[in-house]
Amino acid sequence: MSPLLYLMAFGWGLGRGISINGMSYLEFVIPGIIALTAMNTSFNGAGIRLNVDRLYFRSFDESLMAPVSDISLLIGRSMIGMIRGLISSSVFVMLALTIAPSMRIEPLFFVVLLMTCMTFASMGVLAALLAKSHEDMATFSSLILIPMTFLGGTFFSLSQVPDWLRLALYILPLTHSSACLRAAALSQPMPWGSFIAIILFMSAFLILGGVALRRLSE
Amino acid sequence: MISINALTKEYSGRRVVNDLNLHVARGELFGFLGPNGAGKTTTIKIITTLTKPSSGSVLINGIDAVRYPSRVKAEFGVVQQHMSLNRDLTIEENLELHARLHHIPRSERRKRIAELLEYVGLRDHAHYLIDDVSGGMKRRAMIARALLHRPRLLILDEPTVGLDVQTRRRVWDLIRRINSDGATVFLTTHYIEEAEALCNRVGIIHHGRLIALGTPLELRRMTGMVTVEVHNNSNGTQYRYFPDRDEAAEYVRSLPDRTKVVLRESNLEDVFIELTGEKVCDS
Repeated sequence: MSPLLYLMAFGWGLGRGISINGMSYLEFVIPGIIALTAMNTSFNGAGIRLNVDRLYFRSFDESLMAPVSDISLLIGRSMIGMIRGLISSSVFVMLALTIAPSMRIEPLFFVVLLMTCMTFASMGVLAALLAKSHEDMATFSSLILIPMTFLGGTFFSLSQVPDWLRLALYILPLTHSSACLRAAALSQPMPWGSFIAIILFMSAFLILGGVALRRLSE
Repeated sequence: MISINALTKEYSGRRVVNDLNLHVARGELFGFLGPNGAGKTTTIKIITTLTKPSSGSVLINGIDAVRYPSRVKAEFGVVQQHMSLNRDLTIEENLELHARLHHIPRSERRKRIAELLEYVGLRDHAHYLIDDVSGGMKRRAMIARALLHRPRLLILDEPTVGLDVQTRRRVWDLIRRINSDGATVFLTTHYIEEAEALCNRVGIIHHGRLIALGTPLELRRMTGMVTVEVHNNSNGTQYRYFPDRDEAAEYVRSLPDRTKVVLRESNLEDVFIELTGEKVCDS
């Protein structure tokens, strides 16, 4: 529902008649909303679920007591979010293709989408492993996800903001996902720096998740 | 089967388990008895690799649980105190998930799940969602799940907490059967009658320390086989322990007021009160 609201409010409402870098605002914003959908669904699909299993049902202990390696647990838990993120963002992609036929969905687009989903799913797993309560997840969402929603290059072009802010926004993984998905969807040159940044973020979240998992037993 | 040596666990400088030494032999049905907060669950968490000790070691079947957690995990099955089944799944699907986590070959899974559901009396409820079955059935499903990978050691953390008396007795029968079929059982409880009804040997833990260890009979002998309770409105109930009924009766005859006196067989609750000055449920 949220992506549709963003599409209506920003794409058709606020952005009507506006063009960015020679394209309509609708064309510009749709890949950003896809990145946003992937972020939210993957994060919540992996993170909220793990948080509830760990702290409320405490069924995650069963996985911890099984002869399964930490990396398998982390990747398995992240894949729950990744698959959910892929499904919901793919549904939005199909809708987007009817609204903006100029969009081109090629294999590289799906590679970036897959990486984006895995990155935010592993971020959700990390947050859920660090959380000491359900409120911690809500706090994480308020402090990290909501600012990233509006600042991660989703609704505006980074070329429009001051240099210092642009540099600061590059610390957000969503900035890189939006940039790569936009480039792939609009047949622009792929920003390989951002592509590598997504891989680095994904690796960092998985490594930190491994550390957090080990610290659970201390 | 279990060898716990000088085990200590501290949380923020507070010792929850304090220099615990305990050995449980293969085939035993061992009861770990103590009040809430005594350190029972923390000890289980260390044995089951969920928590690392501050110092000391735990060997299960000769394997160091701290150094080789992934190897030791195949040796035990655990029934946790809280309901830890996945509520989105049926009983059978919960067992299927556990079988996959324990790498049970696909060809064996169905057969073993069917056998265990029959064993714990849940064959007709295999396809029920977890929220649609009673507390006793959930507990039996958890026991079936814990046995699925054929562990040699079954660890039960407060297995009958929250169950009604009839269901509790049914779970007791199941635990006895599992033990007589060859599994070593390590059971924690704060129900005295549970430890007395089930266990070959009992360890009593209080404030993280093992304060008594032996068969229920040995522990009762240690305190006195016969207890005299003298009820007094001003001082509360006073307990006196005697090695036999004759000595206890002689003491009762010596009392000036015998209207509020009870003479009875001692139980593990008396052992606990004598050793700690507290009731199990008060601590």
